[in-house]
Order: sequence, then C-alpha cells, then structure tokens
Amino acid sequence: MNPSEQRTSRTPPREGEIRIPSGCAIAAVISKSGERMSGNDIIKAMRPMRERSNGLGGGFAGYGIYPEYRDFFALHIFYDNDQIRTECEIYLRSALEIVRSETIPTRKLPAITDEPLIWRYFVTPLRSVLASMQVDENEFVARVVMRINTRFDGAYVFSSGKNMGVFKAVGYPEDIGVFYRLEEYQAYSWTAHGRYPTNTPGWWGGAHPFALLDRTVVHNGEISSYDANRRFIEMFGYRCTLQTDTEVIAYIADYLIRKQGLTLKETASVIAAPFWSAIERKPETERRELKYLRTVFSGLLITGPFSIILGFTGGLMALNDRLKLRSMVTGEKKDRVYIASEEAAIRAMEPDAENIYAPAGGEPVIITVQKGAF
Amino acid sequence: MKYLDALDMDYIKLNDAIRACHDNISVTNCLGQRFIGAGAREYDIQIHGVPGNALGAYLDGANIEVFDNAQDAVGDTMNAGKIVIHGNVGDTAGYAMRGGEIYVRGNAGYRTGVHMKAYQDKLPVFIIGGRAGSFLGEYQAGGIIIVLGLEETGENKSDKPIVGDFSCTGMHGGKLYLRSDRAGILFPEQVTARPASQEDMTEIEKYLREFCAAFDFDFDMIYHSFYTVVTPDNKNPYQQMYVAN
Repeated sequence: MNPSEQRTSRTPPREGEIRIPSGCAIAAVISKSGERMSGNDIIKAMRPMRERSNGLGGGFAGYGIYPEYRDFFALHIFYDNDQIRTECEIYLRSALEIVRSETIPTRKLPAITDEPLIWRYFVTPLRSVLASMQVDENEFVARVVMRINTRFDGAYVFSSGKNMGVFKAVGYPEDIGVFYRLEEYQAYSWTAHGRYPTNTPGWWGGAHPFALLDRTVVHNGEISSYDANRRFIEMFGYRCTLQTDTEVIAYIADYLIRKQGLTLKETASVIAAPFWSAIERKPETERRELKYLRTVFSGLLITGPFSIILGFTGGLMALNDRLKLRSMVTGEKKDRVYIASEEAAIRAMEPDAENIYAPAGGEPVIITVQKGAF
Repeated sequence: MKYLDALDMDYIKLNDAIRACHDNISVTNCLGQRFIGAGAREYDIQIHGVPGNALGAYLDGANIEVFDNAQDAVGDTMNAGKIVIHGNVGDTAGYAMRGGEIYVRGNAGYRTGVHMKAYQDKLPVFIIGGRAGSFLGEYQAGGIIIVLGLEETGENKSDKPIVGDFSCTGMHGGKLYLRSDRAGILFPEQVTARPASQEDMTEIEKYLREFCAAFDFDFDMIYHSFYTVVTPDNKNPYQQMYVAN
C-alpha cells in the first residue's frame, strides 16, 4: 500500500504528503577501548552546527546503553494514543516475551512540543514462534518491526537493537538531547543528527537516526536514487513507510550486511560505487570485485549528495557519496575518534583533537571497538 | 588592533561585533561561526580557532588571516583582498572568485577554485601548499591556481598525486600550475598540460614570494622546482560537445 494513502486521515501532514523544497548536521564519537561516555559531549557537538538544522528534527543513537538488558532487543516505539498502544501491545505479547516495558524518561521543555507517547520494551522472541517460523531472532524481530510500522497506523518502532537505542524528535538536536536526558545514558559510541528537511515537513518518526535492529543511519544529503533503491529493497520484504530517503539506507545496510554477508567495505563499494572510469584503473583483483559488486547490486547504488554515519554494535562507518557533495571530517584524541559535518563540531567535543582528516568521496572510514570491550 | 573573545557567541553577534569595530581585529575562541568577514572592504581580521563556513564570502578588500583550519566555502565569490589560512581548508574554497588572493598552507578539499574568473585588472590567485581534492578548477574561466604539494612529514606523506580526479573539467580560461610532473593525473581532452616556461614562472613569482613569506617557506626551493601548467586548448574548446551556435 502506498504510505501516503495510509496516512491521509492524519493532521498535520506527514512525510510524503507535502513537499518542502530546500542541509543537515551529523556527528559521532566512539571510544576504541569501549569506554562509555554520557550523552553530554555529543550534544555539545551539535551546538556550533545549529545553522545546519532548522528545528524540524534531530536525534541520537547510543551503543552500550542497556548493559543490564544486553540480551534483549530494546524496542523504542512512538504511539499516537493509548488505544493504538493497547492494540500494538497485544500483538507484541503474541510474538515476544516482554521482560520490561516503560515510558522513556523525558524532561518537559518549551522547545519540544507535540510529543507522542514514547515507550520502550525489552523483549525476546518466543522460542516456540521462532521454531515454527524457522527464522533466527534477528530476522524475526525485523519482521515484527516491519509489521508494526506498516499495519499499526499510529504506532512506529524507531529503535530495535540490543544494548543500543535511538532517541529522536522534532526540534533542534541540542534540545532533543536534553529532552531525552541523554546525560543519564552511558555509551561507547554516539551518533547525532540535526535535520533540515529538504522535501517533507518533518515529524517525530521522520527524524534521524533511522534504525533496523542494531544498525542506525544518520544522513546529511538527499538521495536522487531513492525510488530505484526503494523498489529494489522492497523486493526483499522491507517496507519504506516514511517516504524520507534515509530510511532506505538503513534497510540497504541491513540487507547487504546481515542478509548478504558483505563486509562494511564492500557495502561502501556498493552504495558509493566508484565510477567505471575509476574501476578500470584499479589492479586486476580489485577491479573484478568492484565490477561484481556494481553489477550484482546496481539497484543499491546511492546517487546524489550524502554523508552518512552508520552505527552498529561495536563500531561506526562514515561514508561520503563518491562525488563528495557533502562535507565530513574526522579527528582523533587518545582512544576516541570523532566524525562530524564540520570541524567546529569536533573541536566542541575535543578542543585538542588531532589528525583532522577529510575522507575522499566514497572512501569509508571504519572504526571498531576492541573485541570484548563492549 | 582590537581583541574579541568569540566564546559562546553565535554568528550574528560575532559578525555584528566585527563590523562595529572599525579597526583591525583579532578574534579568539572562534568555533564554527559562519560568514566572518563577508563582504568586508577594509581592515585586517585575525582568527584563532576554527571559523565557520563562508569565511570571507564576497570579500571586497579586507585581509583575513586564520591561524587554524578553515571549513567550507572560504572566499566564495570574493572580489578583492587576501585570505591566508595557516591550516587546511574544506570544500569549495574560492568558488567563483574573481579577484584577490587566497593562500592555504595545508590541503584544500574538493571543488577548489570552481568557476574562478578574471576581468580586466581583476586576477584571482589561489595557492595551495599541500594537496587539493577532486574537481580542482572545474569550469575555471580565469585566474591562477597553484598546487605545491609540499609534503608534510610522517604519516601525512603519501604517494597519491597532489590533486584528485577530474581537475580542470570544463576549463575554458586561466591557468593551473602543479609543482609536479603530473604523473598519475588525468586531464580532460580539452586542456593541455605542459612544462612551465620561464614566462609562466615569472608570472607567478611575486605570488609565490608572498605565499612563502606568509608561511615562512623557502622561496628558492619552491620556485626552482618542476611545474606543470594546464591551460584550455583554445578559446572555445567545448564547441563540439553541444549544439553548434
């Protein structure tokens, strides 16, 4: 079903119902030794980039924040009202064991208004259901997320990984961080986004990061190939429900990495594939690989300007489109690596950051936490 | 010289304070504030810390010196004056620049000097001490871009060419100088790359002297190196690419 048809009963207009022609801010920090940091620093990063957002969306993803529930999927869900919450919970209980359910603690702020009901559930798939469906728990939870987001009008799962969580809203990111009390969470990596919606009005679900299982995407840019990418990915059971381009990147990452078993570097060579002219100049083995990836996954080449940060359990990957139509810099200090749209944001987190580097278009920067440290 | 602490100032407040100063000014604790020195006609602006995007946009005679890195869109459409950056610059520096000088000690990002142009006595000059990213001088119509490829030591050392891919695409005027034998660099068909003549070198001597003085480099070492000069083939090299007119 066309998502805009599903959502037409709603006011105010949501993604896909209105076009606003018009940039964004992204930032991240990760501790390679797995040391956990409060959300304060990543909030600081967003302040000097305020002009990159317009108050219509922002959000954060933190990894390692729920160690006491590390074996359970943490579902973060927005509900329009209690009625849809009740309906959705009946479905959740039919598929999953819920070990804890609660509202996500927030702080009332004048800058953040119109909040939906914001709940989180620590869950694990019922073994009997898994056995009868013959799927692993990740696949099962991914299907649950897709089902809620397409069938339950007024409910939206915006985070679904283990020992990680997405926190997003309509507003400026620095206010959203305060709203969600991010200073109370401890994560070994954080990503952040400030939104300047380019085509759509912005609503809570449409804010970044976009997530499926433990993979999250924050994105600055606009995907020209959105519809081609969406048509390809929807052949494999994914449903793009938001008509906002970043969503498709989260599903592409899930498909290529979890389902196809590609490495992060190979994934980068699919979504930001080098030009054929560049591939021709590569050494034989590399040329064959790149040709293979471009040919087999041609529908997943992402064109148009983007800088993205992909978060996952134990690491981050930063990537620019191959033409580098958006800015992105990285920096380091001790065991920390910083990534941001602007160097000023890195300096806001760490004034003495070293090795400030601007990755080339299509050059992935992959940072992983030491094994066993997360 | 007046002094201004930019700590926790937003870009509007900071730029208002700089404009109200009517004197040379030194700004400390700069952190990402945009549009510094935009359209400025006179006085020197010194910046400690990282200035935000569009530093010196439409600059019209003032001098800006940054003692750290600068971000994107430095000197966008500048007309006159000088911008000296002691670190690196981000993407799209000198976009559509038509006068004045930009000197960068370190590296420049993507799309440096895109659509630079010259007119009568206006001759923009952009010198990059390190390397430049892809699309350097795309659609260049006039002026001079110089990339020196001065190697930093240690881990910054690299075998990569001193400029990225697609340099000079759509070039139809001006000159690109590379302190390099152009090995590994591909140029479009419509431009010619050749060794610099003495005349070419004389043309840039005074700019290189200024550049070396600004950053304390050895002029003789830099000047007496092998340079490649890239120019468009003729007045209308793209005639055959589109419809005849």
